[in-house]
Amino acid sequence: MTVSFESVPTPVPARGSGLLRLWREFAESPVALAALAGVALLFALALAAPWIAPQNPYDLAQLSILDNKLPPGAQSIDGLTYWLGTDDQGRDLVSAILYGLRLSLLVAATATAIALAIGAVVGTIAAYFGGIVDAVIMRIVDIQLSFPAILIALILLAILGKGVDKVVIALISVQWAYYARTIRGSALVERRREYIEAARVLALSPARIMFRHLLPNAFPPLIVVATVQVAHAISLEATLSFLGVGVPITEPSLGLLIANGYGYMLSGLYWIAFYPGLALLAAILAINLVGDRLADIMNPRLKR
Amino acid sequence: MAPLLEIDGLKVQFSLRDGLVRAVDGVSLAVDAGEVLGLVGESGSGKSVTGFAILGLVDPPGRIAAGAIRFRGEELVGRSEAELRGMRGRDIAMVFQDPMMTLNPVLRIDTQVVEAITAHERVSARAARARARDALVAVGIASPDERLSAYPHQLSGGMRQRVAIAIALLHRPALVIADEPTTALDVTIQSQIVAQMQALCAESGTALIWITHDLALISGFADRVAVMYAGRIVEQGPVGDVLGAPLHPYTRGLIGSLLGGGAPGAPLAQIPGLPPSPINLPPGCAFAPRCPRADGTCATAPDDTAHPGGRTVRCWHPHAALETVA
Repeated sequence: MTVSFESVPTPVPARGSGLLRLWREFAESPVALAALAGVALLFALALAAPWIAPQNPYDLAQLSILDNKLPPGAQSIDGLTYWLGTDDQGRDLVSAILYGLRLSLLVAATATAIALAIGAVVGTIAAYFGGIVDAVIMRIVDIQLSFPAILIALILLAILGKGVDKVVIALISVQWAYYARTIRGSALVERRREYIEAARVLALSPARIMFRHLLPNAFPPLIVVATVQVAHAISLEATLSFLGVGVPITEPSLGLLIANGYGYMLSGLYWIAFYPGLALLAAILAINLVGDRLADIMNPRLKR
Repeated sequence: MAPLLEIDGLKVQFSLRDGLVRAVDGVSLAVDAGEVLGLVGESGSGKSVTGFAILGLVDPPGRIAAGAIRFRGEELVGRSEAELRGMRGRDIAMVFQDPMMTLNPVLRIDTQVVEAITAHERVSARAARARARDALVAVGIASPDERLSAYPHQLSGGMRQRVAIAIALLHRPALVIADEPTTALDVTIQSQIVAQMQALCAESGTALIWITHDLALISGFADRVAVMYAGRIVEQGPVGDVLGAPLHPYTRGLIGSLLGGGAPGAPLAQIPGLPPSPINLPPGCAFAPRCPRADGTCATAPDDTAHPGGRTVRCWHPHAALETVA
């Protein structure tokens, strides 16, 4: 019998096997899986808000001031059931929470994405060039991080005024420094790797080496930081809106809804602040749980 | 004819908190077009730093303190980064020791080969990919299309080093600096890679500086050899002469400590002591404390002395050329 060796195909490993492995490890924790499902659900609800909400809380024509402060389960004049009650403007709280969640997540996600991009670029530049460039950038980061985030955001909003875009700007300016510092740390390690030296020997441009070679390799720790920072951004936005310097009163986010209902808490009208608070808590908790799990599986020291 | 590369009195120093490290302390050597020079020495003798200095890649806290590096008759020391970049990869290329580390783990092979091409030439994406494929074929990689779309971790060590060599030879450089390119590989793969590289360089007339600590490897294919010790070249000459009848006691010690030289069961020959710390080297011959021939004169540093047959040696008490290795 003759055996042919030529017909043996070369095995080519499946692409994306790294992501698959990551997913398997992630799914080993039921809590994290549930949290991820929660995050997905919240995002789906926020995205679908205009189609699933019983009324548009931003459209004053749809609100009936006569329906204000109705308890959960009450009916409106035209037969609409307010499952979670209404607030002092007569807004259906289910709709207000859906829209509020939409706004909160939008603000947090936008701010995180932009802050991540700025921080990653600035941190990579600092790590790549080192020396005086690094010193100047990192001292700015240090100064930034030595002030409480809420203080910087408050001052900025006091200068810029109210508005969704202003809140995003404020969140970006308090968050980019975290990313810059994190990526600088991991980029400094990668910077010393031989493939960077090899890329320099090949005369690749500094921009190409930084953003094509250094940044992708230094990026993974940022994923964890970003997840946690989304939760921080949501709570910071809620805090700012609660304090009345965040989003405008006509487009309430979760924080503003809580602030609106806060005054009625002691009069027994608990639902106006309670349910938006619950939604906020669920969002922050779910995102944090996902972030924690990501941090666990990406930390090689915790590997069994 | 002027040599392709001429290094004259090169000094590279690193100022660290503990003191001044003279990593390269007055190295002079020359490489002709198409020639293979073996640069031999122990770890920390300054051979790799010499390689990086040629490419202008000495990073702070290091700096080229003195000396000249002339490539095709033109001075490289003091050139701007932009000018040096125009030369790197195109005229002078480099192959590194560990192929695991020199390919970027997150980029596919084709991306990495193509960007090395486009760093110096404006070519279409399709033409660049075709050249990348040809380059892999040239270094003996089977099924190049599959390899091109693979990531570095999907290739074996030998395969990765072939890719690294393919990248180094893309622009048919006049000089390739190979920094221990086979040290991390199996012996069988090692000889394949060496043979391949030798053939490719001979074909394109590329000169080669082969940095290694493996004397046996060098004896096989280098034209000339330079032996470094503590940042200086202690002996230089045609490979057969230097390895067959070393003049410098250090070269003699190195050859003596090769495995397989003595009778079975006999203790291995060693050079006593350790290489000196490169920080604040004492004046005089750096090898003197370990040298069996050292005496009072060795307290002052010997100069390069020319010997017949195109050899130089840096020693007050060189062996006679006719003495064979004990």
